Amino acid sequence: MSDNILEMNHITKEFSGVKALDDVNLKVKRGEIHALCGENGAGKSTLMNVLSGIYPFGTYSGDIVYNGEIVKNHSIKDSEKKGIVIIHQELALSPYLSIAENVFMGNEQTTMRGVIDWTQTHNRAQEMLEKVGLDNENLDAPINSLGVGKQQLIEIAKALAKKVDLLILDEPTAALNDEESAQLLEIMLKLKEQGITCIIISHKLNEISYVADSITVIRDGKTIETLEKGKDDFSEDRIIKGMVGRELTNRYPERTDCPIGDVVMEVKDWNVYHPEDANRQMLKNINIKVRAGEVVGLAGLMGAGRTELAMSLFGREYGQKITGEIYMHGKPVKIKSVKDAIKNKIAYTSEDRKTYGLILINDIKWNMTLAALRDFFSKNGVANTNEEVLAAEKYKKLINVKANSINQTVGSLSGGNQQKVVLAKWMMTEPDVLILDEPTRGIDVGAKYEIYCAINDLAKAGKAVIVISSEMPEIIGTCDRTYVLNEGQIAGELSKEELSQEKIMKCIMQHNSKKGA
Amino acid sequence: MEKKKTVNLSMKQYGMVFALIAIFIIFYFMTGGNNATPMNMNNLIMQNSYVVILATGMLLCVLTGNIDLGVGSYVALCGAIAAKLVVEQKWAIPLAFLVALLVGVAFGVFNGIFIAYLNIPPFVVTLAGMLMGRGLTYTLLASKTVGPLPDNYVRFGAGFFLTKKVPFGDGHIDIVCIIVAIIATLLIIFSEFKNIKTKQKYGFAIVKPWQTIVKLVVILGIVWFFFYKLARYNGIPIVLIIMGVIVGIYHFITSKTVAGRQIYALGGNAKAARLSGIDTKKVFFWVYTNMGFLAAIAGIVLSARNASATPKAGDGFELDAIGSCYIGGAAAAGGVGTVIGAVVGAFVMGILNNGMFLVGLSTDLQKVVKGLVLLGAVTFDVLSNKKKN
Repeated sequence: MSDNILEMNHITKEFSGVKALDDVNLKVKRGEIHALCGENGAGKSTLMNVLSGIYPFGTYSGDIVYNGEIVKNHSIKDSEKKGIVIIHQELALSPYLSIAENVFMGNEQTTMRGVIDWTQTHNRAQEMLEKVGLDNENLDAPINSLGVGKQQLIEIAKALAKKVDLLILDEPTAALNDEESAQLLEIMLKLKEQGITCIIISHKLNEISYVADSITVIRDGKTIETLEKGKDDFSEDRIIKGMVGRELTNRYPERTDCPIGDVVMEVKDWNVYHPEDANRQMLKNINIKVRAGEVVGLAGLMGAGRTELAMSLFGREYGQKITGEIYMHGKPVKIKSVKDAIKNKIAYTSEDRKTYGLILINDIKWNMTLAALRDFFSKNGVANTNEEVLAAEKYKKLINVKANSINQTVGSLSGGNQQKVVLAKWMMTEPDVLILDEPTRGIDVGAKYEIYCAINDLAKAGKAVIVISSEMPEIIGTCDRTYVLNEGQIAGELSKEELSQEKIMKCIMQHNSKKGA
Repeated sequence: MEKKKTVNLSMKQYGMVFALIAIFIIFYFMTGGNNATPMNMNNLIMQNSYVVILATGMLLCVLTGNIDLGVGSYVALCGAIAAKLVVEQKWAIPLAFLVALLVGVAFGVFNGIFIAYLNIPPFVVTLAGMLMGRGLTYTLLASKTVGPLPDNYVRFGAGFFLTKKVPFGDGHIDIVCIIVAIIATLLIIFSEFKNIKTKQKYGFAIVKPWQTIVKLVVILGIVWFFFYKLARYNGIPIVLIIMGVIVGIYHFITSKTVAGRQIYALGGNAKAARLSGIDTKKVFFWVYTNMGFLAAIAGIVLSARNASATPKAGDGFELDAIGSCYIGGAAAAGGVGTVIGAVVGAFVMGILNNGMFLVGLSTDLQKVVKGLVLLGAVTFDVLSNKKKN
């Protein structure tokens, strides 16, 4: 008999008649790292919410056997008492409280009378931080002074402080760059050595095949299969096959019949300083151009200045003391606001669609027409709501937004469909240049494919597209030409033929050493 | 698949209207019909007109996710300025009104600059405005009441539009009122038909015919009940015209114009709105400037109705206006709400006040009831939204 720390048997969970989970089985061995894979909406998070007591006992059917006993969790507190801790995708940290306070949030170290024991708080916080590799942090610094990668590690430290046996990580690396992700995965392996069992939910399949001991694939609320390391094929293609139910032979659709035309936008000698620190130069002498029908990649590590470049070009939404010139179709243009940028046919979709891209409480229709309303759907300041409806219906069909109607609120859509709405919003402004910042962040394989198809269609329609991405395979799979950014400068330019992950990294390394010399 | 050509009427937006009617009917029985007398219907309009005007402007502030605490004070100050100029300086009334309106706008601009361009929280800026406005009013009036105001001034608060009374039943009836009601009926029916026609032209689904008819009957029923009562009294109050025009304009702005959409977008997600090309600072600035303007109008109407200006005028109006917006379905977090909702909310409060007064409930207890109604309406709204999701 193998020793299972957790068995979830025949779990079924319904939401007003719709089965989100249908007879799901999950067996997790003690001390392993178990990955949960599936497309968005497949039911992974629902399953974890059942386990952690967010959906209390009685609202689902089936058994949860933990450490050999059937458990009935009525709340998160119940499951935490048993050593099950879940870390959600959205971080649960209080930004202005100190690191030490956050580590023990909800689990305060107190004396007998409920007064916080600061000495113990500090000592134990230090202990926990060492476990996650953050030895040299100032415990009294506010959390928001740390980057998102370190914040994620603090979340883990917080879980460790609760004497965790089973740690659940929901998309822990979604917001992290490659380096930070690697660090987090190493820490997971270290925790495994200490006997902590982990369940990880992630869309980053390369990470899963690296770190996991077994993988359970869920599709449409049903368990499809469980793969085990050493026994089964652990390749990304194999996992994807389980997730989508068919072989996705090419994750990046081919772009054919797409002649590359004249230069549409050219940026010359672009210099930008940090918005709050006038002496800190964020971008130095950037020169780039994009042609019609061309997809150009902006690659680089987190902090290289890719988003900063895009936002500074897009109506100077980032930075100060900006110098340099933008040429559209060979003519210099003055772009001082987002309105100017839209007028000059530039569009930008943010890497953070929920904060900067969408109005979540509004419906699909209003979100889609927001940027184009003034110029395309109104006359003398009066909106033509009927044309608006027609356009929204058209784009919903065109890029396949899965929703009941255009009157559905955007907040209720899955990540992939939200991203499509953002894309439609900017397609409606009829731009010549689209800058797509992390267009597939946090969305599933199927939706990614559709976004790539949409990018291809845009290029075919003669648009110039700039793709910013932290996922190098994505850059390699979609771009005709790529600029590598490093520390605010262009470190190199690679054609499609010479583009590879090694080449990109080499560009960055060489640039670093040149600067060091 | 054949596309559905008819849909059900969305009932959510009419919920408060039914509550309004229900409250009115309850008080009808409690007061033995006293709240439906022609005179009382007229009073309802006159007593609530300034709150309705303020609620219209306040809705825009609420849509941005904020409030304006100073409106009660601006009302007092603007009323005091107009009254003082007319009574003590013997200025022509239009000129005095113009100055009062300019002062209101100036207050709004002042707030707008601090809120939009200096990024000071609206709560703080308008709290300061509340104190300053009240203080200036007391100073200006030397803590005394100015009055009485001339008839031509008082007309704007307590006067009536052209009337042509003819004997009817045990009293009289105003023909102008009836003509206006007929015109309104035709306009409502015409616009409904036009609406259906455009929808058909675009191939959109239309509301089921019987539901449209029920809706029209209810709306027209209210209109006729109302105008009939006014006709039996003194005709159309001038404040009703002022109020109607303001509500009409702002309803149009919020529901049909780009500017209106920008306010909703700002309230829903300011960052996303900015990155969609909306000048959010400008929107903030105009919303608060506009509030000053409407507060000035309310101030003039209030002083006219009281035939005097007192330093305590408009005390607590900001809370009535804010409450009206919330009762009318606006969200405290911003981005949700309608002008019509705010107007209905204002009348819910007004009918409650009036009914409780007629029943003889003490003013102290009236406040308790109003508090409960506000809390209940918003709780109902929040819970029913939650259920939907």
